[in-house]
Amino acid sequence: MAAIRSLSLILSVLSIITLLWTQSGECNNGRRLGDAVDTDFSGFSVPLEHSFEVDDVPRFHLRGALQFRGGRENSVYLSQNQPSEKDRNILKEVAAVDGLYRIRVPRVSLQVDRQTERQSEGYLTAFVRACSLVESHLSDVITLHTDVSGYVIGISIVTIPGSCRGIEVEDEVDLEVFNTTISVVAPVTAPAPETAPYIERMEQEMEKKGKNPQEQKSFFAKYWMYIVPLVLFLMMSGAQDQSGGGAGGGAANGGGR
Amino acid sequence: MAWLVVRLAISVSLLYTASAVFEDQVGKFDWRQQFIGKVRFALFDTHSQASKKLLVATDKNVFASLNSRTGDLFWRHVDKTGPEGHIDALLMYGQDAVVVVGNGRLLRSWETTVGGLKWEAVLDTGSFQAAALVGVQDFVKYVAVLKKSAISLHDLSSGSQIWVENLPDSDTVQYQTIYSGGNGLVFVLGFVPNSHIVIVEYKIEDGEIMKKKSVEAAWMSSLENSCAVISSGILLCVDQITQSLYTLPLQSAEQTEMRQIHLQTLDLEVASEFQPVLTSTQPNPAQPPLAEFFLQLSPDHHILLQLKDGLIAPLRDFNPSYLAAFATSGEKTVAAVMSPKNDTACSINLFSADTGRRHLDTTIIYHMDPNGGKPNRLYVHAFLKKDDSVGYRVMVQTEDLTLTFLQQPGRVVWMREEALADVVTMEMVDLPLTGTQAELEGEFGKKADGLLPMVLKRLSSQFILLQAWMAHLWKLFYDARKPRSSVKNEVTIDTLSRDEFNLQKMMVMVTASGKLFGIDSKSGTILWKQYLEDIQPNSIFKLIVQRTTAHFPHPPQCTLLIKDKDTGLGSLYVFNPIFGKKSHISVPALPRPVLQTLLLPVIDQDYAKVLLLIDDQNKVTAFPSTKNVLQQLQDTASSIFFYLVDTSQGKLSGFRLRMDLSTELIWEVVIPTEVQKIVAVKGKRANEHVHSQGRVMGDRSVLYKYLNPNLLAVITESTDTHQERSFVGIFLIDGVTGRIVHEAVQRKARGPVHFVHSENWVVYVYWNSKFRRNEFSVLELFEGAELYNSTVFSSLDRPHPPQVLQQSYIFPAPISTLEATLTEKGITSRHLLVGLPSGNILSLPKMFLDPRRPEVVSEQSREENLIPYAPEMPIRTEWFINYNQTVSRVRGIYTAPSGLESTCLVVAYGLDIYQTRVFPSKQFDVLKDDYDYVLISSVLFGLFFATMISKRLAEVKLLNRAWR
Repeated sequence: MAAIRSLSLILSVLSIITLLWTQSGECNNGRRLGDAVDTDFSGFSVPLEHSFEVDDVPRFHLRGALQFRGGRENSVYLSQNQPSEKDRNILKEVAAVDGLYRIRVPRVSLQVDRQTERQSEGYLTAFVRACSLVESHLSDVITLHTDVSGYVIGISIVTIPGSCRGIEVEDEVDLEVFNTTISVVAPVTAPAPETAPYIERMEQEMEKKGKNPQEQKSFFAKYWMYIVPLVLFLMMSGAQDQSGGGAGGGAANGGGR
Repeated sequence: MAWLVVRLAISVSLLYTASAVFEDQVGKFDWRQQFIGKVRFALFDTHSQASKKLLVATDKNVFASLNSRTGDLFWRHVDKTGPEGHIDALLMYGQDAVVVVGNGRLLRSWETTVGGLKWEAVLDTGSFQAAALVGVQDFVKYVAVLKKSAISLHDLSSGSQIWVENLPDSDTVQYQTIYSGGNGLVFVLGFVPNSHIVIVEYKIEDGEIMKKKSVEAAWMSSLENSCAVISSGILLCVDQITQSLYTLPLQSAEQTEMRQIHLQTLDLEVASEFQPVLTSTQPNPAQPPLAEFFLQLSPDHHILLQLKDGLIAPLRDFNPSYLAAFATSGEKTVAAVMSPKNDTACSINLFSADTGRRHLDTTIIYHMDPNGGKPNRLYVHAFLKKDDSVGYRVMVQTEDLTLTFLQQPGRVVWMREEALADVVTMEMVDLPLTGTQAELEGEFGKKADGLLPMVLKRLSSQFILLQAWMAHLWKLFYDARKPRSSVKNEVTIDTLSRDEFNLQKMMVMVTASGKLFGIDSKSGTILWKQYLEDIQPNSIFKLIVQRTTAHFPHPPQCTLLIKDKDTGLGSLYVFNPIFGKKSHISVPALPRPVLQTLLLPVIDQDYAKVLLLIDDQNKVTAFPSTKNVLQQLQDTASSIFFYLVDTSQGKLSGFRLRMDLSTELIWEVVIPTEVQKIVAVKGKRANEHVHSQGRVMGDRSVLYKYLNPNLLAVITESTDTHQERSFVGIFLIDGVTGRIVHEAVQRKARGPVHFVHSENWVVYVYWNSKFRRNEFSVLELFEGAELYNSTVFSSLDRPHPPQVLQQSYIFPAPISTLEATLTEKGITSRHLLVGLPSGNILSLPKMFLDPRRPEVVSEQSREENLIPYAPEMPIRTEWFINYNQTVSRVRGIYTAPSGLESTCLVVAYGLDIYQTRVFPSKQFDVLKDDYDYVLISSVLFGLFFATMISKRLAEVKLLNRAWR
């Protein structure tokens, strides 16, 4: 057990190094697959399968193993082996006929305390155009989405860049390794109406006003002595030609709409 | 000072968004129609001869009074929906109408002239069975209410309870009927199925049981439907199996079993598998009923019988006859019988009830609508004429919920289409062009056949246009001389044509009863109607516009998918939305339940968009499925994606079309149903245009919108309903790739959730269970400062997730429905239309629902015209677009663009229908009604002449200078 622990430690160190490079995940190539599935960390692992067929009938086979670590922060690694010569050729053929590259994972729960019930029947599938995978030189971003209780509800795969331009790809150099970024995304909490900061702000403004009594006086309070004679004057003059004033008022109303 | 500026900015922005109707604009471009629903009880006010009142209670829990001369509403009371407001019984005596509401929960008395509540009494619990007016010595004083296990008597003038008594053996005996003949006794009739009848006699004064007896009746299976009390308290029952009538005097002590009269002895026979119906009449509750009664032997066979000296004798046989009803005026009771006349008409005749003799000259011809349903209820209003003969009017209710009020000799006084009280879905279709415009359009549509014929055709159509223009000018000149009020253009189906700005459209409405309507949006006139028979009551409808009016000479085409809720089996009904005529296009048979429909932008050679129907085996049916269409589908199959939602398993799955029209599963998202369940999935509207790709920020940079046309908004609600743990989930999923673009949970929230998904935003409303209030939340998606691919959007090639901004607000009112305005090009700012339970429709500027509203005002946010964040959303009464024209129980709002960019057409439907126009950014492309043409043209001319004169003067001056 200790040996396994130390192995995991090494692995995690490795992963941290690679994390610096890919930000949110790990790409680990060239490992033997058998190890990946068997090795039990404090978390657990599930198989990631892929399918790419010229006749477009999905036949999934193992691509790698997703290893989850328990704890609050859902971290995930993907250990996968490099595509074989045959796989590369098929992938190129599929890309040529604009076929799909599909991946799938079983439905699981990432909560460690739900280990017993974590596996439920069915898979979550996603796809990307095979040509875009080839043209991006196998650099893909896989995202696992969980719901509030930690169930994986969906998987998505995109390639960067995502376009298919029909560029010729040198297989030996570019299709040798998967350059995968993998992450787990949990739902964000939507904001509630922010009453407390608003009230605080209002209070601050009130305080500011309180300090400066000059400001507190309203416009009318300050300038009534100018306004009242003006209004009186307008009323006096307005009374003389009522009809003209009415029409003018109507037009002003219309303009204000 | 800064605060002042901010306030000024806010008030200016509010001034800009404030919109209200001026008093003189009321009814100018809006209308409302009020409905009541399917009539369950209707009573004519026979209190006085001149009375025009007709009291109705309907299945929509509406109690209303109609003007029987015009069909308009005098008043209407809309009660709660559901069983709580269900009207169980309606009784009328004099000026009072007594209503039992909510399965016998409330007893109310209404004053019928103004519709005021006189009194209300809360009754004991117990399921309602029957209610009756009880009279003593020719005066009706009480109302008796029979519940499952108790009977209570209430005073008619005050509602106070006189007494309440438990019924004996109410756990075994089913008490169903109540009878009083005005002799100081109330009889309660109950029975034990296939055993015996129980008759309990109560004294009116104190509720003392005077007598209780049980009579053998082994054949009886229901009392309510097969029995009636006639003559002086004689219980009459009919049984189909034994083909017999049974009589029993209620009060007699000696007769202990029912007397059987074989129908054979009367030469009658009940049709097989038909439950015979007895109809008796009791004109005055304080007096015993008449000895005459109707017996319905088959759906179209009635017979009028009379009980005389213990013997039953037929008075008149009505074969065939659809409906029969009694009516009383003064001392005379008459019977009206509707009999078929020919295929399209029925005749209604009046007969004297006591002799069965036909009254002369009383025939009313009722023409059945060929596009309507069969008549199923007949209500008769009899009145005494000046010469003391009996006149009458009838109200006929048909299967398609049309109320027709007729008078002699068959004149339709008014008509109400009550099916419109339950509109399920609707679409607005452009009206066709006028004949001449169509002529010109048609020229381009036809195949070219040589140069010369083309030129000739062009010249001839130009000539026709010129002619039409001259005629138009002449009409204008002619009309201008007439006073404005006399120029009234009635809208009929023949004069329909598109107006200049496409403001007048055809509203195609689908109602729950299966009746389709074509309504002119300008006036609200029903232009066509079509009743679809054999529609299951709980069907789901989806209306699809396959071809618009733009493809002359091809007529526009709408397709209605009707799906049975239980079996999921669907059928298609294809029709022309302008004329309502059924198209003779062969529709595909749908043997499997339809799960999803998809309207493709692919069009066939006749310009009809292709509709794909996906069944439960993921097989695809195309409609239309011509060779051309199939070829196009094969070519584009790899880019046709669709999704299916299975709410029971929480599964969303995506499919791609294959060449051979089969499908392949390409993605799957499963939201575990143990935690949350999917309540709604909404995409964007296909006819939506977004004018600007981004938003200009305060610092002059552009924030680009994430405009994914394939985005789906999925709303879930938690299964845990505890107020602390319940939540609402929002998932934004790409419908092509299945990628979850955004995932959020609104904690301590619960449904019902109303939401709008449009452009780059989703607005949803939920109930905050912690603070017990309604809240709005807005999500906006942005690509960021630069676009990934600015020319085209493809879900397959958009690798970077969008930036999501979200903000929430408190909304100080409950909400019934939510919709967003829609305009032709999407330049006009958007408003949200919020239907409130009060019946108002609030037009809320989207500006207030902007997640970029800043907490603290900065120079940049001011530059951008952002309103500072305030947690509470204001409700201003001037934002109510329907001022005082409230829409009862608003269930949906439909918006459609018009030809004017500033104008959006709005239809709100529920119990009522309200149509109006809204101008979210004011009428920036229309001159005001009070625009001063005289002033502007006089100024223009003045300037023109001033220029001319000054030019002349300048010339003279120059000349003079040159001479000098």
